Amino acid sequence: MSDGNPPSGDELPASAELRKRARTALQSQQQPTVTVLSSLLAVQDEFHYVPDEAIEETATHVNATINDVWSVASFYTNFRFTPPGEHTIDVCWGPSCHLNGAQNVIERVHSELGVDGEGETADGKLTLRYSTCLGACALAPVIAVDHHMKGRISPDSAAAVVEGLKGA
Amino acid sequence: MSVAFSELRRKADDEWRSLTAGDKPWVRVGLGTSGEAAGAEEAHAALIEALGSEATVSLVGSMGLCYAEPLVDVQMPGGARVFYANLGADEAVDVVAAHVRSGRADAARAFAWHGDEQPAGLDGVTRLTELPTVRPQTRLATRLAGDIDPRDMSQYIANGGYEALDRALNELDPAKVLDEVKNSGLRGRGGAAFPTGVKWGFLAPNPAPVKYVLCNCEEGDPGAFNDKGILESCPHTLLEGLILAGYATNSSNGIIFIRQGHTLPIENSRKAVQDAYAAGLLGQNILGSEFSYEVEVALTGDSYVAGEETALMEAIEGKRSMPRYRPPFPAAAGLWGKPSNINNVKTLSYAPAIVREGAEAFKRVGTETTSGTAILCITGAVNRPGMYEVAMGSLTVRQAVEEVAGGIRGGKKMKMFQAGGPLFGPIGEEGFDAAIDFDSIAKTTGSLGSGGIIIGDEDVCAVNLTRNLMSFNQFESCGKCFPCRLGMTHMVETLERISCNDGREDDLALMQRMGSSMRMGSLCGHGQLGYNPVASALKYFEADFRSHLEEKRCPTGACGDGQMLTPTRTRP
Repeated sequence: MSDGNPPSGDELPASAELRKRARTALQSQQQPTVTVLSSLLAVQDEFHYVPDEAIEETATHVNATINDVWSVASFYTNFRFTPPGEHTIDVCWGPSCHLNGAQNVIERVHSELGVDGEGETADGKLTLRYSTCLGACALAPVIAVDHHMKGRISPDSAAAVVEGLKGA
Repeated sequence: MSVAFSELRRKADDEWRSLTAGDKPWVRVGLGTSGEAAGAEEAHAALIEALGSEATVSLVGSMGLCYAEPLVDVQMPGGARVFYANLGADEAVDVVAAHVRSGRADAARAFAWHGDEQPAGLDGVTRLTELPTVRPQTRLATRLAGDIDPRDMSQYIANGGYEALDRALNELDPAKVLDEVKNSGLRGRGGAAFPTGVKWGFLAPNPAPVKYVLCNCEEGDPGAFNDKGILESCPHTLLEGLILAGYATNSSNGIIFIRQGHTLPIENSRKAVQDAYAAGLLGQNILGSEFSYEVEVALTGDSYVAGEETALMEAIEGKRSMPRYRPPFPAAAGLWGKPSNINNVKTLSYAPAIVREGAEAFKRVGTETTSGTAILCITGAVNRPGMYEVAMGSLTVRQAVEEVAGGIRGGKKMKMFQAGGPLFGPIGEEGFDAAIDFDSIAKTTGSLGSGGIIIGDEDVCAVNLTRNLMSFNQFESCGKCFPCRLGMTHMVETLERISCNDGREDDLALMQRMGSSMRMGSLCGHGQLGYNPVASALKYFEADFRSHLEEKRCPTGACGDGQMLTPTRTRP
């Protein structure tokens, strides 16, 4: 983590590239009100995570301290700080899904992915997240694959979805 | 009617006529979040490809009949709409293409029809308005859901949209609009049921030049999707209501606040705002009047507490969504220190109907103390889960489950319902005959809240469901008040050991003591109401707890080996 000063000349090219993309994302915000939170959302839309460099760029962009930005980034549970896998599976564990067998779906997804909780598979290709509610409660249990909802899921159909992603 | 509006209306009418009675059939595919989960987008894409220029194929909002999704309908020019339920992409192409090409509906596959005249050959097929899921409904806020393309403002205008705003700007001064809302008896639909007109009345007289009306679509309650449902099916209803609220309270700015990730509501709201600006329905001198008003869409990150009104303002300001101390109250100093009013999506979405039809008409719907409708989201162990807008007090919970939602799946027995969001607990048989309105549900240990009702059957263990609800509450505690942050964590641990048949004799008393600390020591409802789910479960289902504690077994087997996979995180 740097001190928030502009990057020095000997910074790695990858890092300079990240900063450039972050600045473009920050400057492309369309809405009239730009804040720390709106900026972090713009950054995560661009990278699918929030790199350290982007935290610093956000601080510069909204004239806040790096601490201010971290405080917001660490609070909202949608932000992540390492790159996700190529595909992301969200599994809902909210009460409507829970009463329709979500726990069995989660267990089956665990065993298909070889994980025992949220995070990436060993090869880093797939990301599993638990969701408090995906909003399609009438189609419970629900999962989302790369943010696309799939409802009326069973452990078997969830396994088939995971299988398809592994092959993809 | 203003000149500007009559022009918009004429153009909209022409477009609507050519859609419904032009030279092509109109095929509508219902898409909301639940439609997406059911495969509506795939059906829509397949139909576009198969039909080419033979028909107009549109995505419309969801009617709320989620159990029937994907729900597709075909309207031959000038004819009735014929609906097909649970139509996957492959079947959609066969059924709809045959209908479009022959002009004859597939009687064996038809689900319902809607229009003036029953199409030939559909004897025995029910009229849409006679379906058990539609007949009991009174649609005010969801009036056009499933009928129009939510991204097409003209379709809203052709169906009476923005008439109320035009009337207000031309014929009514702001005080009169405020009076209408006061007289309608409208109460806030976000959960607290506070009279909306009174709330607006706090803001209206404040002479500050910059004042905000904030629309809350955080909608984090698991099991509730009616705010999103409105934005997915007809965002202009909300936008018109938000403009009317701005006019009635002499405000300068409106903000639609949505959780990131609710893709359809976000896209639809942004499009609605953009189109309204282009048509002169937002911005300077709306429809040629003296009234100017700016609206923007603001997003929050994932945080349930961001739905609390002062935390919501923190989130819009870009900070951690932690509740503020009150006073000052928002109407005095809210967003950016300016006078503000916070209303739920549903609340604002009634405003056009109230101004268009009048306060008296609105009051005729519902009960004496709760006028209007309840937009129910019935989910869980029922045959026909969905979103149903019914008059307040017109049904009991039991009737809503049996008659509207089609009873319990697999012929099982209903054991509990859980309403009002995760800060309320399961309610047993004694509460099933409560009428669905704010005051009757409040007499149980529940709340009508924002309208989500989750049904549990005889296989559900109350300890298990309560543990799930409390895990949510623990995960979502913002961490500002330690009695909430730590109390929730201890409460989940305690429920876990009870669920694993490892509970201690004094665990129930322990949870009660923690609950009382949380109630007294927390700033917002999240901590104050945090013990509710346990209290409710103990009131109606103490036997389930006793079984775990004394007989060391789960009464239904739902707790299994005691493992429950939930996130384990406490906000820093």
